[in-house]
Amino acid sequence: MLEISNLSVSYGAIHAIHNVSLKVNRGEIVSLIGANGAGKTTILRTISGLKKADEGEIRFEQTDLRKTEPSKIIRLKLAHVPEGRHIFPQMTVEENLEMGAFADQKDMSATMEDVYNRFSRLKERKRQLAGTLSGGEQQMLAVGRALMAKPKMILMDEPSMGLSPLLVKEIFSIIKEVNQNGITILLVEQNAKMALSISNRAYVMETGKISMEGNAGELLKDVRVKKAYLGQ
Amino acid sequence: MTFSLFFQSLINGLNQGAIYALIALGYTMVYGIIRMINFAHGDFIMIGAYTMFYTIPLMANAGMPVWLSVLAAIIVCSVVGVVVEVIAYKPVRQAGSMSALITALAMSLFLENLAMVLFGAKPQNVQKIFDLPTINFLGVALPLNVILTILIGVIMMAGLQIFIKKTKIGKAMRSVPQDRDASILVGINVNRVITITFAIGSALAAVAALMYCTKYPRVTNDMGSMMGLKAFIAAVLGGIGIIPGAMLGGILVGLIEIFVKLFAPGWYEAITYAILIVILLVKPSGILGKNVGEKV
Ligand SMILES: Nc1ncnc2c1ncn2[C@@H]1O[C@H](COP(=O)(O)OP(=O)(O)O)[C@@H](O)[C@H]1O
Ligand SMILES: [Mg+2]
Repeated sequence: MLEISNLSVSYGAIHAIHNVSLKVNRGEIVSLIGANGAGKTTILRTISGLKKADEGEIRFEQTDLRKTEPSKIIRLKLAHVPEGRHIFPQMTVEENLEMGAFADQKDMSATMEDVYNRFSRLKERKRQLAGTLSGGEQQMLAVGRALMAKPKMILMDEPSMGLSPLLVKEIFSIIKEVNQNGITILLVEQNAKMALSISNRAYVMETGKISMEGNAGELLKDVRVKKAYLGQ
Repeated sequence: MTFSLFFQSLINGLNQGAIYALIALGYTMVYGIIRMINFAHGDFIMIGAYTMFYTIPLMANAGMPVWLSVLAAIIVCSVVGVVVEVIAYKPVRQAGSMSALITALAMSLFLENLAMVLFGAKPQNVQKIFDLPTINFLGVALPLNVILTILIGVIMMAGLQIFIKKTKIGKAMRSVPQDRDASILVGINVNRVITITFAIGSALAAVAALMYCTKYPRVTNDMGSMMGLKAFIAAVLGGIGIIPGAMLGGILVGLIEIFVKLFAPGWYEAITYAILIVILLVKPSGILGKNVGEKV
């Protein structure tokens, strides 16, 4: 569904991504794990067109994303929940969700009802300014906003960052549930254990390169992964 | 002060304030979206006023209603605003705020000098689009021109609020200043929103030109610079980047100016600016401004 080949990305003279290839098949949860600064966020931002690539190819279904105007990518039904949530702080919860449907307003109220059913806390706070929500609620809102676009696939960048252990559990169960409803997921996480536990496959990144890839269950048992990312 | 004098000053202040408010909106909307002070914005009052100066006789001769020249001014200002943005500002947007600022200052000088070459340096008299009588209301003289001007200002501001709250483009205009990346991710073409913002800001300046010329029917090539400066201060006073702040700031500057003029005619500029400086010393981010670090 999503296929990246030989991608290289840089910030000025700094080469952040070297020759990365990865693939996500329809229906999968694939996680991309690695230490801080490995280049995970850069890969997601490049997929969404927020960052320009130097070389390589990014295909989503039939479309060459490097040639697609960034604001049109959501119209291909590829959504992105960015690192740090990036909700609209001066808009209400409901307005944030409406913004999620900006590119496709068809059946907006039905989709919103679904989102509210999944995240009842958002429904209770729908008239509240999003900037006043707690971190966990903002993360729910960021996921809810992505769902409003009725995506086929979601890129998620560290959804568990800064959340309490209880909320981390909740957000991962939501990701699993979203996936069971037919949405493909590319999940970036530093919480490798949790990410691997819900994923089909995974890639491990180290300083801009893919250092390992494989079945998530096998990676969970891999000694090197255990040592480097699972703290065991 | 007699009640009648107070009341007259109040509506004069509101009249002046409504003009500043409409211009201040143009500064604040552009700042909100691209963090740039568009120093050429004041000159759009001049462009609007000259458009009316030339089109009012045309309309009259053609037997068409003269208010159509307001429409002409709105169209001309929007088109020039968009052209300025696309040709001059967009290319320097990535080059840093100093380049953008200098480009805007240069654009202001360019527009004022171009107007002098095209239309001459001699002040021209703009025919009034509406000229209503002054009526007596409970012993107070009510110039209907002023009332209508205030009303036009209020309608424009209310219209802008509704536009920004309810329409898709309006929502995009609110979301881009809050979070540009997130706006792109939900499908907003940021460059298009910036261009539309310039068009709307310039159109409001055209309406401000109508309101201004109803009171002072004189058009010169540099009429926009003083008006622009005061409106810019009004935008900062209300909290730059915040739309209701521009409206509030504009009305306040207008009221302060008129009331100070009443008591100290020769000093009113100095005192008005002093009051504004004091307000900004107490609250540097403006009356409706958030504390530093938070995005508007
Ligand atoms: N805006 C930026 N400018 C310069 N360097 C950046 C920028 N964003 C990220 N980098 C660098 O690119 C590398 C990868 O960063 P990032 O993609 O954020 O990693 P991760 O998400 O895995 O923590 C890091 O070395 C980081 O310092
Ligand atoms: Mg990251």
